[in-house]
Amino acid sequence: MSDTDRVVDPEEVRHVADLARIDLDDEEVDRFTEQFADILEYFETLDEVPEVDEDEELANVMRPDEVRDCLSQAEALDNAPETEDGYFKGPNVS
Amino acid sequence: MSTEYNGYITTERIEGATDGPLVDATVAVKDNISTEGVRTTCGSAMLEDYVPPYDATVVERLKAAGATIPGKTNMDEFGMGTTTETSAFGPTENPVAEGHVPGGSSGGSAAVVAAGDADMALGTDTGGSVRAPAAFCGVVGIKPTYGLVSRYGVVAYANSLEQVGPIAPTVEEAAQLLEVIAGPDPSDATVRDATEERGADAYDYTGAADGDVDGLDIGIPMELLDGADEQVTEVFWDAIDDLEAQGASYHEVDLECLRYAVEAYYVTAMSEASSNLARFDGVRYGQSGGYDGNWNETFARAREEGFGEEVKSRILLGTYALSAGYHDKYYKKAQDARAWIKRDINDALDDADVLASPTMPVPPMEMGESLEDPLKMYLADANTTPVNLANLPAISVPAGETGDGLPVGLQLVGPAFGEKEIIRAGSALA
Repeated sequence: MSDTDRVVDPEEVRHVADLARIDLDDEEVDRFTEQFADILEYFETLDEVPEVDEDEELANVMRPDEVRDCLSQAEALDNAPETEDGYFKGPNVS
Repeated sequence: MSTEYNGYITTERIEGATDGPLVDATVAVKDNISTEGVRTTCGSAMLEDYVPPYDATVVERLKAAGATIPGKTNMDEFGMGTTTETSAFGPTENPVAEGHVPGGSSGGSAAVVAAGDADMALGTDTGGSVRAPAAFCGVVGIKPTYGLVSRYGVVAYANSLEQVGPIAPTVEEAAQLLEVIAGPDPSDATVRDATEERGADAYDYTGAADGDVDGLDIGIPMELLDGADEQVTEVFWDAIDDLEAQGASYHEVDLECLRYAVEAYYVTAMSEASSNLARFDGVRYGQSGGYDGNWNETFARAREEGFGEEVKSRILLGTYALSAGYHDKYYKKAQDARAWIKRDINDALDDADVLASPTMPVPPMEMGESLEDPLKMYLADANTTPVNLANLPAISVPAGETGDGLPVGLQLVGPAFGEKEIIRAGSALA
């Protein structure tokens, strides 16, 4: 595939990384741009797949909404990098 | 008790009950299955210090059956790999084929069993991750029917595809371990009661390992042999000859849909991964991104530091496949392919008791060989991924070795909840 009609360019990799909330360094962007072009080109063969209707035999599984034992607050917080006053400590929202 | 081939990430022993069917057995557990009080890393720096506050249902069942867990086994990061080389804790080497990969992603589990450092092990299989390492290490691995075994407490990679499965030296031992972990669980609504599908003795897997293949009708999808290495197909046909000599017969089947399995699998698994792994933001658990800047910036930093390259790559490709303008082109077409594969494999199983193929189209790769070219590694999953897409059970049994002494596995695929059929057929070989 020539550079002009490549499936994916570095800007697109950066955009998707932004959507997925993953910082990438320049080297990773270059490597992913190259690899994704090959992988996405390979995925293109799915175009040949016919539309298939599926008869799913699925049933919802419900249970009564009852109070049950669960983790204590201390247990739930145990793996948090930082906590404050019994809460998870997160970054600024905006 | 660490191993020179790097099979374990953690070797803390967990003792089980004082009696039960597994009281004399050690069962190693893949490190994406939660163990209360013992760290569970998923082979990732993201979870290097994560200690689960509860046991996965399968771990509860192991302990209740008397098993001793000798440690948590090495794996491709979050299960994303076919060679156990993407672990943040370093690659595992194949203990029976020096310089070669053990297969993945449950490579540590298969390796410790092959080396005799554990009697049996649990792995997880999303696109072949129990069967591939079983084949490469010369042991037995079973991927159960979707919904046979609880996934509660298993760190999710691609929920619609994955199951926990046993790895053991023989089919009978694998069947015994499957019997312990299978069955309904109030904490996982996707598990079904096999007795409703197959009658009262549905879970008697150990009893099914009687090696009786007299009258067994085997279908062989030729698509799964077309691209396979010649050394592998030679061993495969020898194993089929062996089964024929014991009273089985075979016929060739043509399943065009299988040509699209790898693409359908990767689009589906990556899409589900991009959603599942969104939970790793470094706030409730895992690698912290610090507190400078806003929410999005710190999350992106935590994920840059905590995830390895293959995990980042799959999250990004999954995000891309689900994004506006591409959803219909990739994700929707992958679901069409999945429905096609499901329908046609089930039709083929109407005319055969089991379907057979080489488990892996290639012998174990040399270490380092597949890391540079992910697409090449993905293609090694051609024979295992259709089974996950179709929600079916499959077993990999040792079929022999190549001229260079590298293990080759034979895969047998059965109908939904047909674990006994594949165990019976497989036990004629191992």
